[in-house]
Amino acid sequence: MPFHIPQEEEYKDYAVVMKGIVKQFPKVLANDNVDLYIKRGEIHAIVGENGAGKSTLMNQLYGLYNADAGKILINGKEIAIDNPKDAIAVGIGMVHQHFMLVGPLSVAENIVLGDEPTKKFNLFDLKRARREVKKISEEYGLKVDVDAKIEDISVGTQQRVEILKTLFRGADILILDEPTAVLTPQETEELFVVLRNLQNDGKTIIFITHKLNEVIAVSNNVTVMRGGKVTGQIPTKETSTRELANMMVGREVLLRVEKEKKEAGEKVLEVQDLKVNDNRDLPAVKGVSFDIRKGEILGIAGVAGNGQSELEDALTGLRKKIAGTVTFNGVDISTATPRDIREAGMSHIAADRYKYAMVKEFTVAYNIALGRHYKQPFADGGFLNHRKINAISKELVKKFDVRPPEIQLSAENLSGGNQQKMVVAREFDYNPLCMVVSQPTRGLDIGAIEFIHSTILDLRQEDVAILLISMELEEILSLSDRILVMYEGQIMGEVTPDEVTMEELGLMMAGSTLEEARSEADE
Amino acid sequence: MNKKQWMRVAIPIISIIISLLIASIIIIWIGEGSFTDRIDFLVEAYTQLIKGAFGNKTAVMNTIIKMTPLILTGLAVGFGFRAGVFNIGAEGQMAMGALTATIFAVNAASLPSFIAIPLTMIVGMLAGAVWAGIAGFLKATTGAHEVISTIMLNWIAYNITNWAVTGPFNAGGGIPKSPEIASSAKLPNLLTSQASFMSFGILIAITAAVVMYIILYKTSMGYEVKAVGFNPFAAEYGGINVSKNIIVTMAISGALAGLAGTLEATGLYYRFYGTLSSGKGFDGISIALIGQNNPFGILAASLLIGALRTGSNQMQFAGVPKHIVMIIQSIIIFLVAAERMVMTIMGWNKKKGAK
Ligand SMILES: Nc1ncnc2c1ncn2[C@@H]1O[C@H](COP(=O)(O)OP(=O)(O)O)[C@@H](O)[C@H]1O
Ligand SMILES: [Mg+2]
Repeated sequence: MPFHIPQEEEYKDYAVVMKGIVKQFPKVLANDNVDLYIKRGEIHAIVGENGAGKSTLMNQLYGLYNADAGKILINGKEIAIDNPKDAIAVGIGMVHQHFMLVGPLSVAENIVLGDEPTKKFNLFDLKRARREVKKISEEYGLKVDVDAKIEDISVGTQQRVEILKTLFRGADILILDEPTAVLTPQETEELFVVLRNLQNDGKTIIFITHKLNEVIAVSNNVTVMRGGKVTGQIPTKETSTRELANMMVGREVLLRVEKEKKEAGEKVLEVQDLKVNDNRDLPAVKGVSFDIRKGEILGIAGVAGNGQSELEDALTGLRKKIAGTVTFNGVDISTATPRDIREAGMSHIAADRYKYAMVKEFTVAYNIALGRHYKQPFADGGFLNHRKINAISKELVKKFDVRPPEIQLSAENLSGGNQQKMVVAREFDYNPLCMVVSQPTRGLDIGAIEFIHSTILDLRQEDVAILLISMELEEILSLSDRILVMYEGQIMGEVTPDEVTMEELGLMMAGSTLEEARSEADE
Repeated sequence: MNKKQWMRVAIPIISIIISLLIASIIIIWIGEGSFTDRIDFLVEAYTQLIKGAFGNKTAVMNTIIKMTPLILTGLAVGFGFRAGVFNIGAEGQMAMGALTATIFAVNAASLPSFIAIPLTMIVGMLAGAVWAGIAGFLKATTGAHEVISTIMLNWIAYNITNWAVTGPFNAGGGIPKSPEIASSAKLPNLLTSQASFMSFGILIAITAAVVMYIILYKTSMGYEVKAVGFNPFAAEYGGINVSKNIIVTMAISGALAGLAGTLEATGLYYRFYGTLSSGKGFDGISIALIGQNNPFGILAASLLIGALRTGSNQMQFAGVPKHIVMIIQSIIIFLVAAERMVMTIMGWNKKKGAK
C-alpha cells in the first residue's frame, strides 16, 4: 500500500499536518511548498541530506521561525504557532541537535527549569522537583540519576534528559532533530527502545536523521526531502535503504566504497611512547606507539573519551605532549607548533568543527584561507590576495559541492554538513603528506559521506598517509588498511579489517583483547 | 552590503536620532512659556549647537582639535576589540606616551624639525606600546585579564606622570606641568585664526585610521587579529600564534593611545600637563562602540562627539545647560551597546529566521 495522503476530513486522526509550507531565507528557499502528514501515534522519520530543509521545517512547527506561507494543523485544528510557547501549549516538544542544558545543574533541576515547582514564598521546591522527575522517568522507562550533574553524564544520558524535559512539559508530539548524530551505536539502540516505549504510550514521534538504516529500524512512515522539497512519502515497510538513498540524493549512490588494493610505501609518521594529558591534566594517552606509511589509512577505533581526541590534538600541535617522540617525514615534531606541523605537510580535519576547524564569523572564502592566509597564493608580502582567495575558494566550493555556493556568506549560515565540506575542501587542498582525519563524516548525509570517503581513498591513492579517527565502526572498517583499537588511553591491539567483525571490534572497544573478543563473540 | 553590515551602520545612526529626540524633549521641558516658545527655544538650542561646532573657522578648528585625540583613542580601543582584548588602559597609555614624548621633545632642541617631530611621535608611540604591551604579555603568559591589568596600569601611569610633573620634571610656578618642548619638536599649524591655532595632528589621526583599515581588511596580520578575536581555538588550529597576536595587538593599541597623547603635547599644549589625558582615553571606549570598531566608523563617531562637545559651549549661551550634551552622548552609547533595544524599537527583532 503506498503512502496515504489524507483528505481534509481525516486530518483529525493526524497529530500534525503541515500544508504548503514556504520558508525563504535571504539566500535560499529552505522550504518550498512542503506538505507533511504525521499520523497520531506513529514514529515518522524525515530524511534528507544536510541543507534539505528538515530543521527549518521543524523549527516552524515548534514556533522558532514563522513560515512565509502555508498552514499547520494539530489534531485536525488549524493553529498559529508564533513561538515555542504556543507549540508547547498544543503538546509539541522538541529536542534540538545541540542540547540546551545547563552543565553545573542537576538532572532534576534541568528538567524542571522554566517550569519549576515552588513552595511557600515562591521558593524552588527541589524535593518536589526530584519526585516529579523520578515519577515521569519511571513512567516512561527513561532511567536517569536525578541528582547527577549534567556535565558529569554522557551525551546519551543528556539526550534522555532533553526528552524527559519535553515530557515534563506535557508533550504528546516529540520532535527529535538528528538525535543519533551524537550517539554511539549502543546508545542509539537504547534510544530506539525508548522511542518504541513512548510510541506504546501513545506519543507521536517525528524523528529526523540521515542514517537510513535507522529509518528502517524504527519508523512507520518516511518523508524524504531534497533541496527544500518533499521528494518521497512512503511507508517504511515498503522501501529500502537503497531506494531512500536515491530519493534523498536524486541519483544512484554507492552505499559502500570500493577500495583498491595497494602496497603501503615508506614510513611518514612515527609515534613513539606518546603520553598526553587531558584538560584536567590527567593522563589521557598513556604511552602509545605506531607508525603510518605512505598511501596507507590507519584507523583508530574507540568509544569517545578514550584518548583519541587528545591524541589528535597532540599530533597536530594543539596540545602539549608530556612524553614520547613524534617523527614526521624524518623530522622530530614533538615540540613543533601547529604552523610548523602544517608547514611540514600535515593537514587536519578536526573532530570539533565549531571549536577548531572554522571561524564561524568569517566568510567561506576566509575559512578556506585559514592556515595559509599568510603565504602564497593567499597572501603576498603580508597583504591578502583577495582575488586569489576568492578564485581558489570558488573553485573548491564548486568541487566539493558546498551549498549554497556563496563564498562571501558567513560560515555560520551554512548547514553543518556544508560547513564540514568546506573544512574538508580546505584540508584536502593543502596537498598534504599526511592527514589527521577525525570524525570526518559526523553529522553528514549519505551523499556527502560517499564523497568524503571517496576523496579520502583518492588521497590514499596519491600516497598520502592518513590517520583516521572515528567512532563509526563501519567507516573504520570500510576505509582502513590497519586498525588500532584505543581503550583508556592505550592501544588494545592492531587488526586488519578483513580479520575482524564489527561485533569483535565493538568488544575490543570495550576493553577486550582480540582473543577475548573472538571467544566472547563465538558464544 | 549584506544585511549584517547594513545593521552595523544603521544602529548607531538610529541611536543618534533617538538620543537627539530625547534631548529635544528635555530641552522643551526645561524651556519656559507657551509651547511655541519652547519650540523656538529648542530650535535656538540646536542652532547654537551647530553654530558652536561649525559656525565659523575657529569653531571648526576647535571641533577638529577635540576630535583628534578621540580618533586615536577610539582606534586604540577598537583595534583591541577586534582581537578580543578589551583595552581599558588607553588613558594610562596616552599619559605615558605624552610624558615620554615630552621628555624627549624638551631635549630635542639640537635636532632639525623634520627629525625631531617624527622621532617624538615614535618615542610616544613606543611608550604607549610598552605600557599596553605589559598587559598583553601578562594576558598571554599568565592569563591575567586585561581589564584588570590595564586599570591597574592606569593608576600606575597616573601616579608616575603626576610625580614627574610635580617633582623632577616640573616647570615651576606651582602648576603640575612640564617645561615647554623645544620649538623644533612642535607640530606645525595647519590652520590659524586670530589667537587660535590647529596643528596638522588631525591628518596624522586620519592617516592612522586609514592604516588601521588597511591592516584589518587587507593584510594577513589583520586576518590573524580578527581570527583570534572571533575564535582563538580555530586561530591556533590554523597555525596562528594566539599569544603573539594578543601581545602585538595590545602594543599597537597602546601605540595609538600613546600617539594621541603625543599629538596633544606637541600640537596643542607644547608641554605635558597633569590633566592632559583627562578622560580622553576612556572616551575611546565610547567612540569605538559608536563606531562599531570600524576605522571609518570611529572617524565619524569622533567627529560627532567632538562637535557636540565644542558646540555645547555655545549652546550654553542660549540657556541650555552643557550637560545636555553629556546626556545625548550617554544615550547614544547606551543604545548602541544595547543594540537589541534599537532592533526592538525598529521592529527588526522579529525572528525572520535569524538565529
Ligand atoms: N538562519 C538561517 N539563515 C539563513 N539560511 C539558513 C538559516 N538556517 C538554515 N538556512 C539554510 O536553509 C537551508 C536548509 O537548512 P536546514 O533546515 O538546517 O537543513 P537540514 O536540517 O535539512 O540539514 C540550508 O541551505 C541552510 O544553509
Ligand atoms: Mg538540521
